[in-house]
Amino acid sequence: MNVLASIEAVSAATAASAEAPAIRFDAVSKTYPARGRDAQVSALDRVSLAVAPGQIYGVIGRSGAGKSTLLRVINGLEKPSAGRVLVDGTDVVTLDGGGLRALRRRVGMIFQHFNLLSSRTVFDNVAFPLELAGVRRGAMAARVDQLLDLVGLADKRGRYPAELSGGEKQRVGIARALATEPNVLLSDEATSALDPETTRSILDLLARVNALTGVTIVLITHEMQVIKEIADRVAVIERGRIIEEGPVYDVFARPRTATAKSFVASVTGSSVPADLAEELSTQPITGGRAVLRVLLTGAQATAPIISRLSRGADIDVQVLAGQVDRIGGAPFGNFLLAVPGRAEVVAAALALVRELGLTGEVLGYVA
Amino acid sequence: MSPDLIGLLANSTGQTLYMVAVSALLGTLLGLPLGVFLATSGHGELFEAVAVNRVLGLVVNATRSTPFIILVVAIIPFTRLLAGTSIGTTAAIVPLTVAATPFIARIIETAIREVDAGLIEASRAMGATPLQIVAKVLLPEALPAIALGLTLTVVSLIGYSAMVGAVGGGGLGDLGIRYGYQRFMPAVMAAVVVVLIVLVQGLQSAGEALARHVNKRIRRT
Repeated sequence: MNVLASIEAVSAATAASAEAPAIRFDAVSKTYPARGRDAQVSALDRVSLAVAPGQIYGVIGRSGAGKSTLLRVINGLEKPSAGRVLVDGTDVVTLDGGGLRALRRRVGMIFQHFNLLSSRTVFDNVAFPLELAGVRRGAMAARVDQLLDLVGLADKRGRYPAELSGGEKQRVGIARALATEPNVLLSDEATSALDPETTRSILDLLARVNALTGVTIVLITHEMQVIKEIADRVAVIERGRIIEEGPVYDVFARPRTATAKSFVASVTGSSVPADLAEELSTQPITGGRAVLRVLLTGAQATAPIISRLSRGADIDVQVLAGQVDRIGGAPFGNFLLAVPGRAEVVAAALALVRELGLTGEVLGYVA
Repeated sequence: MSPDLIGLLANSTGQTLYMVAVSALLGTLLGLPLGVFLATSGHGELFEAVAVNRVLGLVVNATRSTPFIILVVAIIPFTRLLAGTSIGTTAAIVPLTVAATPFIARIIETAIREVDAGLIEASRAMGATPLQIVAKVLLPEALPAIALGLTLTVVSLIGYSAMVGAVGGGGLGDLGIRYGYQRFMPAVMAAVVVVLIVLVQGLQSAGEALARHVNKRIRRT
């Protein structure tokens, strides 16, 4: 292990809570050998992270960023080229065939395309992992029925996957993944093939399962909406590296990298409307207006910013765009405001924003 | 047609059914594991053994490229070793089985390769052993394609069985050649053809019905 990697490993360890993490990556790298004319590909590059027990941990990245590999080293479907992957304290990399199979019974997985066995009924699909583990048929029926109740498919137990809708198939997938009472549930783009409404119901189910059983969930996705809905913590991955990591609210409130900013903008409406962006100038325009972005976050998210600006400071405020969301149960607002463009007015407005404990910045000026 | 000829026709039909049924059964017993191995021993697969896979692939191709009538004659010593004789209906089962085995192996291989790789990954993620994956995932999921493939094999074997008259195997094809052609009895020839058509049609329909029955991928209304 090189020096940089060990520093990252240490920082990841200290970042984790006092509780032993359910999953820990210590400087995990994965490279695929060069094939044909293609150069060697680095899918994971010294990734270190810690997932606390019971947490819903989201990993977001564009396709090819390495998130799929990140998920698959957790249950040993992929073997890292370097580093350690600890699941409940066991190093997955060192496990042999039998040890790996035992681990996989403690780590459930759901998939974008569900991967249900078409030749088996709903009941037999959910019973499948129990059958693999050698559970007697009589003993498994009660467990399977209980799981089908949990996911709301008790009436479909005799149906075949081809007779189900996408959302129902994913519910079967979730029941199947929970059959062996795993400590960890891996979600591989589980809602990416579903429509928005079904996505919400599946995410609700995952959150309910998490609350009910305390199962740790690691989910990968390319949709920030998914992270916003259920994740506690998020890691942004790009070209095999984690470029940003933290509690979901913090990443939403203060994205540092361009990638994180664009993911955040995709769901919070914090992108500047195109027609407005076109008009924006970096220099003040005589008699024009200044465009401010004001973020309402944390304890101050409900601060009466508009009335304080207009009544308190006597500044005319126009709302150009805006949205107030709830992320992890806490309000999160994002507004584009226009105020008269004179330097002293802009300075006064920004001072007031800061005084209220909010974040504000001047995006530019319009006529 | 005289009662004699009807007796001959019934007898020949019996011989054909006997040869085809036994060789299809033996061919499946041998071809099934071979096909499973061919489908799962490539690079990065469950039972990776690339060199063995290549060699077996070559043997399978070599057998399949040999014209059946040449195969029948070429393996006469082998037939004698197994059946004790190289002549007769039972002896003819040996070359028929030798021809059917690689055919079935390729059909099983193709059917298994059609199974979604996501299912293999999901099974591995659930802690399945490679043998469990074959027995509980690959074969059940490939069953509809296997049923259709075996139907195809049986129909082909009926065609092949016409040629084993060359080693005294009897059967419908032999009857057609000796009576219908060599003795100028067009009624016998016509009867043989009709029986073959009925046989093939019946088998094909039965095979398709079976494949439909085991195929749960199609939504039934």
